[in-house]
Amino acid sequence: MSNIRPITPLDRLARALPKVLFAAYLALFIAYLFMPLIIMSAATFNASKFPTVTPWLGTTLGWFRELWNDAAMWKALWLSLGIGLAVVAFALPVGTAAALFLTSLNARARGIFYAVMVSPLLTPGVAIGIATLILWRQAGVAGGTFLIVMAQATFITAYVMLMVVARLQRFDRTQEEAALGLGASKWMIFRRVLLPFLKPALIAAGFIAFLQSFENYNTTLFVRGTDTPLTVYIATKVRTGLTPAVNALALILIALTLVTALVLELNRRRKER
Amino acid sequence: MNEMIKRFGPGLGGFFLILVAVWIIGMVLAPNLMMLNFSLKPMLFPNDIGGPKDVYTVDNYTALFGDRVHRAIFLKTIWGSALVMVATLAITYPLAFWMAKVASMRGARAMLTILIIPFWINEVLRTLAWFIILSFNGPLNAFLLSTGLIDQPVRWQGDFGVLAGMVYAYILFMLFPIYNSISTLETAQLEAAKNLGASTWRIHWRIVIPHAKAGIATGCVFTFMLAAGSYVAPALLGSPGSRWFTEIIYNWFFEGGNWNRGAAYALVLLVLCMAVVMVTLKIFRVNLADVAK
Amino acid sequence: MSHSVELIDVEQAFGDVKAVHHFSAHIAGGEFFSILGPSGCGKTTLLRLIAGFTEPTKGRVLIGDKDMAGIPADRRPTAMIFQSLALFPLMPVWENIAFGLEARGVPKAQRRKRAEELLELIALPGYGDRMVHELSGGQRQRVAIARALAVQPQVLLLDEPLSALDLKLRQHMRAELRALQKRTGVTFIYITHDQSEALAMSDRVAVMSAGVLQQIATPQELYANPATPFTARFVGETNAIVGTVRGIEGGLATLTTAEGRFTGRAGPGLTDGARATIFIRPEAMALSRIALPNSLNAITTSLEYEGASAMLCARSEHGQELLAAVPNRQLAEAPGQGEQIWLSFAPEEALILAEEGQPA
Repeated sequence: MSNIRPITPLDRLARALPKVLFAAYLALFIAYLFMPLIIMSAATFNASKFPTVTPWLGTTLGWFRELWNDAAMWKALWLSLGIGLAVVAFALPVGTAAALFLTSLNARARGIFYAVMVSPLLTPGVAIGIATLILWRQAGVAGGTFLIVMAQATFITAYVMLMVVARLQRFDRTQEEAALGLGASKWMIFRRVLLPFLKPALIAAGFIAFLQSFENYNTTLFVRGTDTPLTVYIATKVRTGLTPAVNALALILIALTLVTALVLELNRRRKER
Repeated sequence: MNEMIKRFGPGLGGFFLILVAVWIIGMVLAPNLMMLNFSLKPMLFPNDIGGPKDVYTVDNYTALFGDRVHRAIFLKTIWGSALVMVATLAITYPLAFWMAKVASMRGARAMLTILIIPFWINEVLRTLAWFIILSFNGPLNAFLLSTGLIDQPVRWQGDFGVLAGMVYAYILFMLFPIYNSISTLETAQLEAAKNLGASTWRIHWRIVIPHAKAGIATGCVFTFMLAAGSYVAPALLGSPGSRWFTEIIYNWFFEGGNWNRGAAYALVLLVLCMAVVMVTLKIFRVNLADVAK
Repeated sequence: MSHSVELIDVEQAFGDVKAVHHFSAHIAGGEFFSILGPSGCGKTTLLRLIAGFTEPTKGRVLIGDKDMAGIPADRRPTAMIFQSLALFPLMPVWENIAFGLEARGVPKAQRRKRAEELLELIALPGYGDRMVHELSGGQRQRVAIARALAVQPQVLLLDEPLSALDLKLRQHMRAELRALQKRTGVTFIYITHDQSEALAMSDRVAVMSAGVLQQIATPQELYANPATPFTARFVGETNAIVGTVRGIEGGLATLTTAEGRFTGRAGPGLTDGARATIFIRPEAMALSRIALPNSLNAITTSLEYEGASAMLCARSEHGQELLAAVPNRQLAEAPGQGEQIWLSFAPEEALILAEEGQPA
């Protein structure tokens, strides 16, 4: 045992090095993710006319007031909310129907339809917008709110479909037979057995669908006509006259997302217990 | 079809079938076919439609590859997107592995919650944040000047800004699929490999990466596709000299006024993305159903 | 009296595969009727056919003398209990039980009242507002039965409902099911692969193999007089020795086998010179130290104590495995392992049946 030498501080360092490096990486990663959001939020309170944190020209809440008084912002916000609700109203039933349709097919047909149904998710958003725009122009419909809903729903329906399919895979079909054997009509089976089972997936899918619609920009840009939903409003502001009022909007949206994410997470944890 | 009617009855089953048909035919297939048809026609004045000039042609496609500037931008978009893909993969892989296999349950859960937050935030806003950071008089230049690393403010906006913004915007599309697939790997396999004397590199190369290939493929496909089809980041973080392919498409529609050519360009982008999806899936031997989870 | 079920020459094919061949049976109203067979023998198909989930490819199903052709599952006077139970996990117990009543448009107050009555019947009073996942396996079982009984079916169809339970509970539930059937007078058609279950509960049992009906008989009859070699092997333990028939006389037949000549009762349709098997139940085997008529020489390989008796396993010099039940009181004189013994039986306690596919 004479070849064992005492552990030197250098050895300790060598042994700890990977851990230290990894901790640094982790810290950098989190900083990378959050620093931009923090800086953007902080700039809201800077009196500077251009949103920045350097130099700090004094703390103000004035940009919130300006945002509040911005009629165009309010119009864009209401429009986005309306579009989001319309997309959810369309995508939920259609996505559910598609999921049910898919599970009723044999393996081969399922593969084909699955590829077709998933394809909007693998298509660039701009292409979806353009295709929708061109199709509807033949029918004499120009870009605007209706086309925004149609174009967004094209791929958001696919998200809903996937989420419902995932839930359906855990459904025991004998429940339907049991209900049928007890004399239930097809409608009653759907309403009392299948729909309650799908409910959690539908709530989650509706939520995701709304968020996807609310934050969509690429597809919307091509079909919007002269209508301006919130994302387009923000992007336009950046190019035509950015003030920290936009940061105030960003801050509010971030805060809302944080609260929602927190509520959902707590809800999930409570359910797990 | 019959199965739907049998399961839900003619009323409800028929209604479902109609909804599916509206979506697949009216919103997925018809628009794309119409776009294809449109891209194969020259731009015409309304009274020429149906006339002798209304013929099929591939001019709109040859125009793209004939135009030196457009061709260069197209190629730049491809390799730029590939760069974004590789960069996000390199940045996220260690974290994904750590969360899936090294961190405690609570640590991983907490990390997941933290990471999801920026994911929820609008892509336009995330890009706006980088717009502020990278602006000429912005915090990044101020910071670098104060440390003395640079003595003149740097113009970050341009190609660098676009790529940085994209990596930031799509990083979680890479992280989550990889994390999900690594977490299904049995920890015992890693211990066995270590026990047999495999080095860290070998363990990753021979065990973790092969196991996580579906997740890696998914992440790559999504980041590439999102980057190639991105419009926000190039529009906000680019400079006049750093145009992205989507911006050219946009110009054909809303500034150049040639929708036919724009449609052809959009189709080229679509085909590019589909091709990348197919090739990646082939290389990683993954099927579509695994990607869409 | 509840409805009878009549199956007339029923056949069910899935593509090229015939799951049920020419099945005919008359099940009397109020009878506890079991269909017994190994998994994949077509018994579940038969049950689904009676329930109306599938229509037979050929043949007719009559319930209460009414032809069921074209009548879907929701309009037949049957109720089914599934192997997985298929309780509705998102409804409380009482809504599960009252589901069939809801389907028939019964007002809520009445549904609730009926559910409470049924909960009394299955000895789970006060469980109405629990959720299904809060119940034990046996309790779920009973809820599934109550749910089926709530619609007052004429015929209750049970598809191996006890298979998920542990042995103790299964035995308890057998008795409970039997009692429930007597109390309600509903016709029960019970599917199982567990012969002891079928023997314990049923008025009559139908044995099925590979889609073909082997025999319909009372449990005692089935055990004492199996009609086919399959039934003889499937129901209960038995010793089976293959040979050729050499002479039939006065109901007794003689069989020559590799183990020697044996005499036993001649089964139906047995002919001289046919290939046949002699079946002897282990409890019919007597042990002795000397050769007797109708006896086999063997060496004991093990003695397994089973509580009420012990099962002695032995092997003849030709490799024939043999079983003999040793009653407890004879255990003291039982031979030890490796000992040479003789196993003998009375001709009346052995049955000789023609093997299938042989000229009968």
